[in-house]
Amino acid sequence: MASLDDLKKRIVSVKSTQKITKAMKMVAAAKLKRAQDNAEKGRPYSEKMNNIILNLSNGISDKENAPKLLSGTGDEKTHLCVILTSDRGLCGGFNTNIVKKAKSYFDKIEKDGKILKIVTVGSKGNDQLKRIYGEKIIEKISFKDSKNINFFDADKVGKMIIEMFEKKEFDVCTIFYNKFKNVITQIPQAQQIIPLKTSESEGNSSEDNYEFEPEEDEILSNLLPKNISTQIFKAMLENSASEQGSRMSAMDNATRNAGEMVDKLTIEYNRSRQAAITKELIEIISGAESL
Amino acid sequence: MSETFKLEIVNPEKSFLIKENVTEVVVPAFEGEMGILKDHISIISFLKPGVLKVLEGGSEEKKYYVEDGIIEFKNNCLSVLTSNIFDISEANKTSITEIINNAEKEAEDNDLDDQKRYLIEQKIEVLKSISIIN
Repeated sequence: MASLDDLKKRIVSVKSTQKITKAMKMVAAAKLKRAQDNAEKGRPYSEKMNNIILNLSNGISDKENAPKLLSGTGDEKTHLCVILTSDRGLCGGFNTNIVKKAKSYFDKIEKDGKILKIVTVGSKGNDQLKRIYGEKIIEKISFKDSKNINFFDADKVGKMIIEMFEKKEFDVCTIFYNKFKNVITQIPQAQQIIPLKTSESEGNSSEDNYEFEPEEDEILSNLLPKNISTQIFKAMLENSASEQGSRMSAMDNATRNAGEMVDKLTIEYNRSRQAAITKELIEIISGAESL
Repeated sequence: MSETFKLEIVNPEKSFLIKENVTEVVVPAFEGEMGILKDHISIISFLKPGVLKVLEGGSEEKKYYVEDGIIEFKNNCLSVLTSNIFDISEANKTSITEIINNAEKEAEDNDLDDQKRYLIEQKIEVLKSISIIN
């Protein structure tokens, strides 16, 4: 059995850990509020963008000559996966969930004998993937230095992807991120951005006849690259809200566990203190009796 | 019958502006300025750097600088999606000068294609005219 001193030290150490996790939870909660606001504010833009593109692609008359970003290269050989994760740890299963989702997708691709290329955004995803897929990671990006998520960063990633697409380095591009549902639930998502999938919202496509100025093709070829940056930006916003939410609940759990541990240790400490006192008393009494 | 329609301006970070009762919006569309009134035909177009004017009844006119973007007009609702916008009356001279300097640096690049060069030159011109007014 550990000595009284050891127990005391452990209690103190667990208590200070609890203080840290509590503080981290508070910080995450404050940041969550902001990140959530940002994610909600960012939604109208990407939704509108999607709508316009949907209307445009419905209006386009000859699908054969549609921009490649919309229709694809006609091939499905090389897949590019963009994994968006956080730069910091201690946020529960946040990064692991994204990576898990991505890995199952990788397996499928490799089973089909297709070529896989990976771009990681955020250092944690890179850390988890580099051991198995190290040689497949062609680019790693980290925005550790920028405090807030801004469109400029997303645009950089978007431009890089488009540049690679124009060089015909891949045929299909999918982004992985966590969609923020609420503080407890974040859903890992795989979203294909090249070629663009419009089928999911085809139900509400309007019959409106739009006038286009300039021509549809020109608008589309201008808009599609922007849409990619927008989608990445949306993913980054969702991700940051998810990260804070996930961290908050993870730290909440940690605080509770630390509390339980302190209780247990305190009981153990008191028991052994009592036992020591009893032992001493017995020694004194039996010493007195023997006289 | 009111002659007003709804205007929504959003940028990636947030909804920049929502107004229910504007009478006319003049947008710097790619092929020239375009005034939009109520019951305009559904239209999609994109913007070049320029000044977006919003008229609300009366004679008052609000001016915004937009750098790029796309507009959609449908069912008397005008949506403007832009990544860079600011209110001209609130902008200060130094920040505008800074943008002009950056744009001028960009224009020095010789690899630009004609369209990009045109856009940047347009941007510099518009910003200069703004900074003179202010």
